[in-house]
Amino acid sequence: MQEYLKLFIIFFRIGAFTFGGGYAMLAIMQREFVDREQILTESDFLDIAAIAQSLPGPVAVNTSVFVGYKIKGRRGSLVALLGTVLPSLITIMLLATFYYKIKDIETIQLFFKGVRPAIVSLIFLSAIRLSKPIEKTKFNISIVLLSLAGIVILKIHPIFIIIICATIGYLYNRKESKDGDI
Amino acid sequence: MGIFSVIISFLKIGAFSFGGGYAMLPVIQEEVVNINRWLTESEFIDIVAISQMSPGPISVNVATFVGYIQHGIIGAILATTSVVIVSFFLVTSLASFITKNREVPIIEGIFKGIRPAVIGLISAACISLFTTSIIDIKSFTIAIIILIALFRFKLHPIGAIIFSGFLGIIFYSI
Repeated sequence: MQEYLKLFIIFFRIGAFTFGGGYAMLAIMQREFVDREQILTESDFLDIAAIAQSLPGPVAVNTSVFVGYKIKGRRGSLVALLGTVLPSLITIMLLATFYYKIKDIETIQLFFKGVRPAIVSLIFLSAIRLSKPIEKTKFNISIVLLSLAGIVILKIHPIFIIIICATIGYLYNRKESKDGDI
Repeated sequence: MGIFSVIISFLKIGAFSFGGGYAMLPVIQEEVVNINRWLTESEFIDIVAISQMSPGPISVNVATFVGYIQHGIIGAILATTSVVIVSFFLVTSLASFITKNREVPIIEGIFKGIRPAVIGLISAACISLFTTSIIDIKSFTIAIIILIALFRFKLHPIGAIIFSGFLGIIFYSI
């Protein structure tokens, strides 16, 4: 029971500070679960981020649920879901009640004006950390560049990038293991 | 009766919107503003603004907001549950499938392709956020200070978020 409570508190903290979407949350999770608790590795996070991105629903919620599952199975995923969603549920109800009073408080707006550029730095940190467990092979580097170009230049939806790269990975793996047999 | 249409609507949003964040906005807007008229166009813009001031995914925020103003706290809880429940079951099912079949060559191959792609996706998100969030010398300075705090001084990301907020207050009020 105590373990679940601890997990809930960690996810609640993560949920309370997830501004700027699912990727911004990755940096907090890496800090909590890789550095501090050491129950997950960087490459676990790569898989988690990949799956969170390929399923429907909010990426932040998907990421949490998957992390919860990896740590403590189905119950863990439920705890993770509750912990992640509750802070935003509470905040929105408060804001919905007081919004028209606080809407124009300049200080709050300035606070979030500062947070927005910081999210860029957080995501950059995550990208650097996640790329560490990936071997610098020609194959991997080309996939990184292709998917980056696909989104930034060709504006392909991330979902299709994942499907395409999954197919390439599957074909490449099959070819490699065939070559290995000979 | 009304509460059921809220539930169904947010089940749909949760089940059919991919990519999270602002990628989900058109789907949400269609359901909430155009089809059901729970919010006007300008209320919808307000809720997007509220979302920027509150933690959590924007789809969850909108669900809570609409549920709350339509049917109070119960409405907020039901709408929020609806928007996350489909992906909750999909993620846990896929998670258990993958954990059991980790060594199957097909899955191994798929992940070989997906892992580096995720780096590309995150870098792309970083670039696109850079262009929308780094708009002047002050925001650029904040990003750099936070970058140094994170990499050099290993500041906790939550600490970094709070710190950046105060930098925003200081920088933008001078």
